[in-house]
Amino acid sequence: MSEDVILLAHGGGGLLTHALIRDLFLRHLDNPVLAAQEDAAVVGMPGARLAFTTDSFVVSPLFFPGGDIGRLAVCGTVNDLAMAGATPRHLGAAFIIEEGLPYATLERVVVSMAETAREAGVTVVAGDTKVVGRGGADGLFITTSGIGALPAGEALGVGRLRPGDRLLVSGPVGDHGLAVLIAREGLPLRSRLESDCAPLGGLVAALLDACPGHVRCLRDPTRGGLAATLNEWAAGAGLGMAIDEGAVPVRREVRAACEMLGLDPLHAACEGRLVAAVAPGAAERALGALRGHPLGAGAQIIGEVTAEHPGRVVLRTALGARRLLEMPAGDLLSRIC
Amino acid sequence: MRYVDEYRDPAAARALLARIAAESRRPVRFMEFCGGHTHAVLRFGLRRLLAPTVRLSAGPGCPVCVTAAGDLDRAIALARVPGAILATFGDMVRVPGSRGTLETARAGGADVRAVTSPLDALAAARRHPERPVILLGVGFEATAPGVAATLERADAEGVPNLFLYSLHKRTLPAVRAVLGGGGVRVDGVIGPGHVAAVVGADAWRPVAEEYGVPCAVAGFEPLDILDAIARLVEMAEAGRAEVANAYPRSVRPEGNPAARAALDRVFCADDAAWRGLGVLPESGLALRPEFAHRDAAAAFAEALVEVAPGEEPAGCRCGDVLRGALEPPGCPLYRTACTPERPVGPCMVSSEGACAAHYRYGEAA
Repeated sequence: MSEDVILLAHGGGGLLTHALIRDLFLRHLDNPVLAAQEDAAVVGMPGARLAFTTDSFVVSPLFFPGGDIGRLAVCGTVNDLAMAGATPRHLGAAFIIEEGLPYATLERVVVSMAETAREAGVTVVAGDTKVVGRGGADGLFITTSGIGALPAGEALGVGRLRPGDRLLVSGPVGDHGLAVLIAREGLPLRSRLESDCAPLGGLVAALLDACPGHVRCLRDPTRGGLAATLNEWAAGAGLGMAIDEGAVPVRREVRAACEMLGLDPLHAACEGRLVAAVAPGAAERALGALRGHPLGAGAQIIGEVTAEHPGRVVLRTALGARRLLEMPAGDLLSRIC
Repeated sequence: MRYVDEYRDPAAARALLARIAAESRRPVRFMEFCGGHTHAVLRFGLRRLLAPTVRLSAGPGCPVCVTAAGDLDRAIALARVPGAILATFGDMVRVPGSRGTLETARAGGADVRAVTSPLDALAAARRHPERPVILLGVGFEATAPGVAATLERADAEGVPNLFLYSLHKRTLPAVRAVLGGGGVRVDGVIGPGHVAAVVGADAWRPVAEEYGVPCAVAGFEPLDILDAIARLVEMAEAGRAEVANAYPRSVRPEGNPAARAALDRVFCADDAAWRGLGVLPESGLALRPEFAHRDAAAAFAEALVEVAPGEEPAGCRCGDVLRGALEPPGCPLYRTACTPERPVGPCMVSSEGACAAHYRYGEAA
């Protein structure tokens, strides 16, 4: 089967569909709930409070340095759950496959999803497959949904932000956006840069354990990057954000590529970083907790929440000036997730 | 990062700022010719760091912004030629003409492609020998040599289906129009570094000699710009009008002879329409007769017959912004009807546009 391609009949609901589910999806994403093949997965959840989210992935190319659409589809949803302070548990995955996609390509993606799910401590318990004719999709699109268990107590959120809260980022920003952009055809750039794509449940757990009650709000700065996340927080909380340009970690390769392409690294997407707002007294402890985890080794304190300039994000430049940091407007970085 | 960090050094910047503050006594207003300079000034927050006697204003040096609406309408008509591929640099896709943009033409079925190099258009012509590939040529003397070299290569390789719609422009006629037009006070010009790398710093001597306005050619990093401003202050205080080269690592007095020769082989000066400045004599770069077979306007003349005369968007004051007569926040449409998501005028679209720079970087209170 591995030299074959996906046919429209693979989505027809007949023998080929069943063979695809059995030989590929069930084989790699194996667990008792999925194996039961019921119309809906029945899962037990500790506690009654759940976090629930969904996300679609249309990244081009399907495979890029540091990841692929499968790893991204697991991480994206797992990380959205983790940012709510939830422990990610179960995922559903829907595949829209273009007729003619090599079977081996699909298998590589599903194997990667299975590996990432194990890494993240989640199981894929429900799924769906549709095949569309050539040109009806670009290779493969994946939608994942996920549920996670929330601990007791006040949920994390923008409403908890207070002036004076410190802002932290868990590592260098922009790796994913630039790695995907460079991997695309047409850009005459070469680099060893890899996507930061990673499941962040463990990192969040380490942070919450170290600073119980002091973490206000978490977000993974995906599309729109750090600038979009901070602007969302500023608008949502009716407070200001102030960050030091020099404190934000950015890899040399990312800076160089951004300089050449006229992009701002603060607008470039991450898929394995988090931004945290923590109470002022807990900032150093939070920083230590992040740095003590392999996925947070490059963490930095980058600024603070302010009562001044509500709704706006102000950047203190290396030259000592202050300027606004706006949401990105363009769509230069389309289809990066 | 080499070639960047050394030109952003905070200590060196403070030293230059102190020198400017010590030397500047009378209030001056310097024009950043280049949109690239306007962006760098706002991105690095230089305005507020400068002595209060030194004011900076934007100029006409954003090639996307000065493209007249009528020229865009014709480019959109060319994009709709059946079978054609229209290749252009990214920003042009979203600039409003009189009726729509290249982006809306693309949504309507036209094959409009953003390229990062004119060679990408040549590659598309090779890949699609049965289809005309029309390169929308936008840019000043810094961009045009690459386009000239691409057309020469297409001839050498025998690729017949690459055409150019040249909206290329020359910088000096625009500076003359602003300085000679009156109404806008300019005590110094921050000269365009990339253009001067091609045409030479000496090409800007008319600014000093004919208009008595000092000029300092500048690069695009903070120290480059501050160095140029320091030299302009020095000249303005001494009452001297000369051309200083504050970008010697890229700019020679005579420029780049090979690039200038390529320009001269392929292009000749012709009248051109500028948004905000009107038609300026000998301010455009048209194809020479030897390259008439590459001229999209001639090859697809029938597609252009029907295009009505262009109209600038109602209420848009990009023209005043481009002459330095208005700061972007002074335009009634700024941040209200005109935003980067829904731009009315080109200055809000282009990555070199003054309105886009003000919107994006603002200046925090």
